[in-house]
Amino acid sequence: MIGLELVYALAGAMFLGFALVTALYRRDRKGRATALLWGLIALSFLLGDTIGDMANGVLAIVIVVVAASGRTGAAPASNEGGQEAAASRYGNRLFLPALAIPAIALAGTVLFKSVPGIVKASDATLVSLGLGALASTVICMVWFRTRAEAPLREGVRLADGLGWAILMPQLLASLGIIYAAAGMGTAVGSLLDHVDTGGSLFAQVALYCMGMALLTVLMGNALAAFPVMFAAMGAPLLVTVQHGDPAAVAAIGMLAGFCGTLLTPMAANFNLVPAALLNLRDPYGVIRAQAPTALAMLAANILLLYFLGFSR
Amino acid sequence: MLVLLAVVVLVAGLVARINPLAVVLASAATAGLAAGLPLLELLARFGAAFNANKFVTAVFLVIPTIGLLERHGLQERAKQLMRGLRGITLGRLLFAYLLARQLTSAVGLTQLGGQVTMVRPMLGPMAEAAAEQDGAQVDADRAKALAAATDNIGLFFGEDIFLAIGSILLMKGVMEGYGMKAEPFALSMWAVPTAVAALLIHGGRVLLLDRRRKSASGEAA
Repeated sequence: MIGLELVYALAGAMFLGFALVTALYRRDRKGRATALLWGLIALSFLLGDTIGDMANGVLAIVIVVVAASGRTGAAPASNEGGQEAAASRYGNRLFLPALAIPAIALAGTVLFKSVPGIVKASDATLVSLGLGALASTVICMVWFRTRAEAPLREGVRLADGLGWAILMPQLLASLGIIYAAAGMGTAVGSLLDHVDTGGSLFAQVALYCMGMALLTVLMGNALAAFPVMFAAMGAPLLVTVQHGDPAAVAAIGMLAGFCGTLLTPMAANFNLVPAALLNLRDPYGVIRAQAPTALAMLAANILLLYFLGFSR
Repeated sequence: MLVLLAVVVLVAGLVARINPLAVVLASAATAGLAAGLPLLELLARFGAAFNANKFVTAVFLVIPTIGLLERHGLQERAKQLMRGLRGITLGRLLFAYLLARQLTSAVGLTQLGGQVTMVRPMLGPMAEAAAEQDGAQVDADRAKALAAATDNIGLFFGEDIFLAIGSILLMKGVMEGYGMKAEPFALSMWAVPTAVAALLIHGGRVLLLDRRRKSASGEAA
């Protein structure tokens, strides 16, 4: 059965292509280290599952050293222009290949989940996304009659612009795993145990929701924070002692955690990557735009759980 | 408790503007050592975690297509489209997107949005053009940041209404560990009040952008 190996092979081939076009076409002083960086990431995708944990650890450190060396970066801007004219010429049809990616990804996910035996159900979404990206690239190449290396040169332009941010989500996910293994969750949980709520239900609900948000800010992921907070406060206190509706305590607690996700650089794929993608001057610009909504939503979740979750 | 030092390292490093990748490595090392993991085991665990999370980076598979389309004018077309629409404002554009993103996420179509495939090539430029168009007090950076924020908020406070999402399955698993009966349907229904609150709070925020702008231009006139 097809699984993530296919996605990793595609990603490995893409990053290898980025390394090659960088080595071939770039002559500026940052070209060489940038080619090395994309080559190392390609190596991780292509060989990561065979070289063992220790070698992967060394590879991760080498990738970080190269990416943080200051010797990598985008090529000097070469403004070829003509995008306005192209936009008028191709018109709204330009949206179609961009929308084809999610459309194919969705269709594939539904197909692979309803017809078992082709793609592993757990990997159906990512495999379909990979196939959607590939199909859409081919459509664009035929439509625009580009040269074979054009998708790689345009792709690497975006990748260079993203720079270190492209690796941040994966590294932070790894950090979250180390945090969990080192007992970060229980440490924060026991810290919250020292807070005196004076037996007030409202204070307990507020502490539970704020604890979910805080722990999510630290770990970058509400799914990592949930088991800790549910064990520390949700199950023993809010459900058992205060007789809260278990589903409400769980669901609204999780959503309080999502408020934390909106506030933390640890959730790099939602917060730091877009800032880099959109060339914002402030790397925390997206977090700043989200903060008022996130704080208001945290308050809303506390009130919703307090008023709806407990039968009185 | 020593493990909390890792958070201190992380925050201090980010505040000092040291390269974030290096800060993450330093924080991971601090956490591992504070928990008494031998150095080589820490290296192996980090390597295993890094390899197991490769799929996170796989979303960037879409960038060759996005790059090709941008070279052929996708961002400019998104802006042109806004200029052709009468009565479009930054607030209305983002409100409509928020609602659509929440509704599609609620029925499981989470992939219809996204920062790489939707916000950078389309929604971001549209927001920028809409803000430009009616003499906004919102600069281009702020308009684009709000577009990215709206995509995240619509996703987060929509997806939990769908039954088969990861967070629902996790909650079900954890609750059953405590011997509690956990119906995915009940969990998803409890996400509805929060989704409505998100629409009111964030939707209200983006619509207020228009009001501020109109009253400001009113004073000028």
